[in-house]
Amino acid sequence: MAERYSSFEKGGRRWLLQRVTAAFLIVVLAFHFFLLHFVNHANEVTFQMSAGRMQQWIYYSLMVLFLITATFHGVNGVYNALVNMGLTGARKRAMKAALSVASLLLIVQGLRTANAWAGIDLLPII
Amino acid sequence: MSQSYNRGRIEDFGRWREFSAGMWAWIFHKFTGWVLIGYLFTHIAVLSTALTAANADPSTIAAHNDVYTQTIRALESLLVVRILEVGLLAVAVFHILNGIRLLLVDLGIGLEAQDRSFYASLVLTGVIAVASVPTFLAGVTF
Repeated sequence: MAERYSSFEKGGRRWLLQRVTAAFLIVVLAFHFFLLHFVNHANEVTFQMSAGRMQQWIYYSLMVLFLITATFHGVNGVYNALVNMGLTGARKRAMKAALSVASLLLIVQGLRTANAWAGIDLLPII
Repeated sequence: MSQSYNRGRIEDFGRWREFSAGMWAWIFHKFTGWVLIGYLFTHIAVLSTALTAANADPSTIAAHNDVYTQTIRALESLLVVRILEVGLLAVAVFHILNGIRLLLVDLGIGLEAQDRSFYASLVLTGVIAVASVPTFLAGVTF
């Protein structure tokens, strides 16, 4: 039987999700860089133009999905790197909790920002 | 039947002279990953100026004097930010290209070309980063 060198649990959901998000992010990250540095230039950014893009539901949806998948992929990658370095037991559980909270805060803050551009008022705090 | 081997300390960088192409690919992928997730948190923090800008007077927004537009423009006026952006592009391009390589390896495609595809990722990253320099430096005052 072939050796396994992966730090992921065999047949794990996080293993699969890391690869599914990777496939999505390859395309969307390339698009994001291309659109905002080569089609539009970062030094010519205006609130109005950013808002104009975010007010299109397809762009808004893509960016929200981008935020969620990038956060998952990045934070899950960090978690796996730490496990690979030998993180175990209570410290592993504490790190998992801390990274989960950090991810949640990042996604909420990203959504608040996206909504500010799109002019969406969901809740007083969001 | 599966066996386990003592591979020594995985992250023993003192052994760097012994590292194979695959080991370097793994280290570069991890390093670029740390940079990208660090950047994501910073990116959202900077973009959060849009929350304040959204409440600005419409005439302030129309004149591009809102805090979001001014913050981005102030950052973009700095040469060091432009250089960091080229670095960020290089990091992202390598992570993307090596990521494609990893997905193919996971699917069992091109297993015999793993070393060559890593070198190709490095070369292509270098070419794209160099080619992007004029775009990233456009309009900056030295």
